[in-house]
Amino acid sequence: MSEVKIEKLCKTFGTVNVLRDIDLHVEDGSFVVLVGPSGCGKSTLLRSIAGLEPITSGTINIGGKQVNDLPPAKREIAMVFQSYALYPHKNVYDNMAFGLKFAGTPKAEIDQRVSEAARILQLEALLKRRPRELSGGQRQRVAIGRAIVRKPQVFLFDEPLSNLDAALRINTRVEIAKLHQLLKATIVYVTHDQIEAMTLADKIVVLNDGRVEQAGRPLDLYYRPANLFVAGFIGSPAMNFMPAMVKAKDILDFGSGVNMKVRLPLSCRIGEKLTLGCRPEHIQLGQAEKLSLKGHIDIIERLGELGYAYVSLPNGNTIIVQINGEPDLKNGDAVSIRMSPKQIHVFDESGNAIELAE
Amino acid sequence: MIMHKRASALAVHTILTLYTVLALAPIILVIMNSFKERKAIFASPLKPPTAETFSLIGYEKVFGDASIVSYYFNSIAVTGGTIFFTLLFGSMAAWALAEYKFRWNTLLALYLSIGIMVPIRLGSVALIQLVAQLNLINTLSALVLVYVAQNLPLAVFILSEFINQIPKDLREAARCDGLSEYNIFFHIILPLLRPAMATVAVFTMIPVWNDLWFPLLLAPTGGKQTITLGIQQFLGQYITDWNSVLSALSTAIIPVLVLYVVFSRQLIRGLTSGAVK
Repeated sequence: MSEVKIEKLCKTFGTVNVLRDIDLHVEDGSFVVLVGPSGCGKSTLLRSIAGLEPITSGTINIGGKQVNDLPPAKREIAMVFQSYALYPHKNVYDNMAFGLKFAGTPKAEIDQRVSEAARILQLEALLKRRPRELSGGQRQRVAIGRAIVRKPQVFLFDEPLSNLDAALRINTRVEIAKLHQLLKATIVYVTHDQIEAMTLADKIVVLNDGRVEQAGRPLDLYYRPANLFVAGFIGSPAMNFMPAMVKAKDILDFGSGVNMKVRLPLSCRIGEKLTLGCRPEHIQLGQAEKLSLKGHIDIIERLGELGYAYVSLPNGNTIIVQINGEPDLKNGDAVSIRMSPKQIHVFDESGNAIELAE
Repeated sequence: MIMHKRASALAVHTILTLYTVLALAPIILVIMNSFKERKAIFASPLKPPTAETFSLIGYEKVFGDASIVSYYFNSIAVTGGTIFFTLLFGSMAAWALAEYKFRWNTLLALYLSIGIMVPIRLGSVALIQLVAQLNLINTLSALVLVYVAQNLPLAVFILSEFINQIPKDLREAARCDGLSEYNIFFHIILPLLRPAMATVAVFTMIPVWNDLWFPLLLAPTGGKQTITLGIQQFLGQYITDWNSVLSALSTAIIPVLVLYVVFSRQLIRGLTSGAVK
């Protein structure tokens, strides 16, 4: 059993609350991604699990054992750093073997574990090189190798791909996914890149301002965001938001005479302020229908297979719409936009999602 | 454009050449004259030795004298010991001050930096009393102790700057790897500090090797003189044995030159490159 259980974890730096009441359960063998904007506390949370950052209150359990006061080495974790943190004066082999040597592992076993890791990561030809003679991607693999040889209960990754260029990042992302399948390891992974989060995770934990905004399977977060923050953070380009007011039963008013019919739950009172959200990929341009809004195209970005149209509405809002293929549209065209009622999201004044009536 | 570049390169080289000549002239003069007869030293001090004036009498006297040879070893022991302990304690203190947060950390750093500003020679009288009370007069340990104290503040200062440049991730990776704090220091920090330690070693070594003041005060007799002090025996009030003085001075350059070559190799190497991107 190598699950991680965090309960009521708080961390303060002086008077600043960096982490507040974090509850997190990482199941055995699962891949959990902590995601959030810079400064949300995701790296601090990871470092707290690693034991590099003392926590103010709460408990951390790894593999059923409370590790609050244990040093990093005793927690049976291995961490891969954003900067790789390879020992510059040691070659690839020694970088991987270093921790094991100090743990008193017999030489034969070190050899066996390092060559096993080198085989998995295709580092066999590089074992005698120093880190400065390696490319970024190779250094990255050595850093992962150093984690593998320790056979930890939990792997911790701190933005491991952010120093790689775009093409290599995608490759390495796939490598990490394969590695997870191969090792069946428990992984906690920090990133600010929501595509990494969506593609790698069994469970995504969205952090904001030291709090867990929502935790769940990637597609749950995509289809059923719990609040405005998660809705805006997951998905690219971001979800469109329009402030609105309940004008009459099931009628939302966006100002300047722009109205839309939405089946709101009975709890919504007339005059209540709401926010309507809809993803660019769930909006169609075309003929007017019940749920349609009229506007004109400001700019079209064409990426080939698909593109994005920036449509301004009479009330001043700009809506991003995904267009598929190469429709005959140009800047300045008057269009109407249609949102499928099943794919819109409504948030109350405090930003929490409201379940819509069927 | 090219002409302009050539002209400025020429100017730079001229100035540097002149400076080199100026700096090397006294040394060359000493070495040249150490190979001449006494008469020739006085008759034509600026001429290189010729077949007639060539003589090794100075070197014979210096190396024939067992005490002078032991003075060389005294100097080497004192300089070596000073470098070793300055680097060891300096890097340990620098590591502690740079890495660990504890009460009085800032105050301690400040206290050490005062040592850079106040010349240790001001405390000579107190130092003699202290050394006398410790029964260390005429020992090499007295010199090493005083020199280490003299050089520690600057060493700590320089080394902690370098330690701050070592990426924090490296220390944390080592902690995750299960290294104790001592092992992190000896196996990660010290190897990466080599260029900085070479700098400190060079800074430390030259003044210590050349120093006359403390050997004169703390170890003037008893066969524990350093070479700089030992040479003084050839300088008399009425007669000075210039052959011996010049040959002793010439040979005194060699050990410090060797040490410099050893350390300067480390100086150039940028070992931290490749640690992190």
